[in-house]
Amino acid sequence: MNKISKRKLLFDQSITGKVGTTMPSMDIPAQKLPDSSQLREELTMPEVSENEIVRYFSSISQMNFSIDHNFYPLGSCTMKYNPKLNDDIAALPGFNDIHPLQDTSTTQGALELMHHLQILLAEITGMAGTSLAPMAGAEAELAGMLMIRAYHRNREDFQRKKVIIPDSAHGTNPASAVMAGFEVVSIPTDKNGNTDLDALRSVVDDTTAGLMLTQPSTIGLFDTNIVEIVNIINENGGLIYGDGANLNAILGKVKPGEIGFDVIHSNLHKTFTQPHGGGGPGAGAVMVSQRLVEFLPDPIVTKIKDNFDLTKPSKSIGKMGAFHGNFGALVRAYAYIRTLGKEGINSISEDAVINANYLRTKLENTLDLPYNRICSHEVVFSAKTIKEKYGVNALDISKRLIDYNIHPPTMYFPLIVDEALLVEPTETESKETLDDFIYVIKQIVDEAKTDPELLHNAPHNTPNKRLNEALAARNPKLSWRDTQVSS
Amino acid sequence: MYPENLKYSEEHEWLLEDNGIATIGITDFAVDSLGDIVFIELPDKGAQIKQFTTFGEVESVKAASEIYTPISGEIIEVNEKLETEPELLNNSPYEEGWLIKVKISDLSEIEKLMNSKDYENFVNNGN
Repeated sequence: MNKISKRKLLFDQSITGKVGTTMPSMDIPAQKLPDSSQLREELTMPEVSENEIVRYFSSISQMNFSIDHNFYPLGSCTMKYNPKLNDDIAALPGFNDIHPLQDTSTTQGALELMHHLQILLAEITGMAGTSLAPMAGAEAELAGMLMIRAYHRNREDFQRKKVIIPDSAHGTNPASAVMAGFEVVSIPTDKNGNTDLDALRSVVDDTTAGLMLTQPSTIGLFDTNIVEIVNIINENGGLIYGDGANLNAILGKVKPGEIGFDVIHSNLHKTFTQPHGGGGPGAGAVMVSQRLVEFLPDPIVTKIKDNFDLTKPSKSIGKMGAFHGNFGALVRAYAYIRTLGKEGINSISEDAVINANYLRTKLENTLDLPYNRICSHEVVFSAKTIKEKYGVNALDISKRLIDYNIHPPTMYFPLIVDEALLVEPTETESKETLDDFIYVIKQIVDEAKTDPELLHNAPHNTPNKRLNEALAARNPKLSWRDTQVSS
Repeated sequence: MYPENLKYSEEHEWLLEDNGIATIGITDFAVDSLGDIVFIELPDKGAQIKQFTTFGEVESVKAASEIYTPISGEIIEVNEKLETEPELLNNSPYEEGWLIKVKISDLSEIEKLMNSKDYENFVNNGN
């Protein structure tokens, strides 16, 4: 195939007057157009044939990098394989062809699925109630923090304005707390990667509304101070928000509700599968302890006799968005949980943790390990020594991985680790895939020693080579028109 | 290795005092850690700022970080060139890449800052 014609933009292929489809004859009475002053004068659209469009978008899709193509160890994002069975179930007409404004008497099956998913998620996390309304993790965080605010206000405890967040928490946590009207107090991580208890004790008081904790944290570690942390916060009247983005590390092993968490959210698209990336789609269920049930977002599905209905909790914080969440994502999460069952759910966390620790032990002499202890579902390496010795940084290593058909890990995050490479293999990868990754990383580190230029200019095998990310951010071209060279 | 005429904060800002006016920027250590800087958010002229609190944000291809003021006072000038040329921070952190000028409200606050040698030790000890 001619590479140049493959890369041509659809607009560049346009020929005036070319028609891609034949419109059927009109079968309704002609409608009068609105006043022409309300119409756009001109709308430039590419004029191409149907097969040109199909080839255009198909070739773009082949340039994409997805979990269905290659290994995708993007830390913190849980890019696990998504079983195709989930898509089959979600495509069933009873799930796919319904409308949220339909009378609930005609969507009882869909509501029953949501009701059962609410129960399953509450059971898995050890909580008392669930709302499936939030559209993704960050929105579930906001819902959780609004519930904590509503809880304190309902008790007329208006002085609790402070939320404590360890620096190993997800970056969205401080933003969610601020959006809910709180002031954020950040506390450091100790040398073992746990929350620093002395720092926590020094900031907690009767103005503390709660603490947001990512467990396991963004450095892939289970905070072994957790019981003490919960006690310190509870003794001062605060509530615990658990960021469940890394829930796949503890599924079936630890119930956050039993540790004393008041809120935990689950990124269903991560922990319970859903093709995601590039911003969506997601689903962020939020589960709460008994004292927060009445504040849950609207709606929740309730069962009254044999009938399922959408209801609003008595002191609900209100709607998080239109209708009731990303239903298609909920169906996939439900299908995944039901397919695996209780035993299968246990094996998710076991395999996720074993895979990450396999990579950790096999690569501990190749890359730096800022926290060399048993990790959870992901492991954070650092390229600090390699950068100092050979001038090759985490970005160069990441770009070179693309040449070996492996998606780069998350880099330069968490921020508390220099030259961070956060690797999350997930539970769905085989030992052979992990061995291949180990081999490639060692290969790249050898290349760093012998031919650092090769890495500075990587990737070499992609349609686009190393992009100038700084220039793209400083001077972005946001429309195809901006890319046209004047003739 | 860090200019001797400047004072430094633990958050990697530098300060040049001249006749009660402080010129403030971030150190080349901070700039190197951040990588290519793509956006800088600064307050308006006239704003009052308090020592060791945040007054702006700097965003690089790697991360977004808050900037803390090493001194209290009133902002009398903002480096507006940075709005269109954020790369000045990478190319010239101590000269063209200055951020703000502040009319210092309490000169004694400078004593809480480090000299270049102390800052160098601070950086080398892994902070």
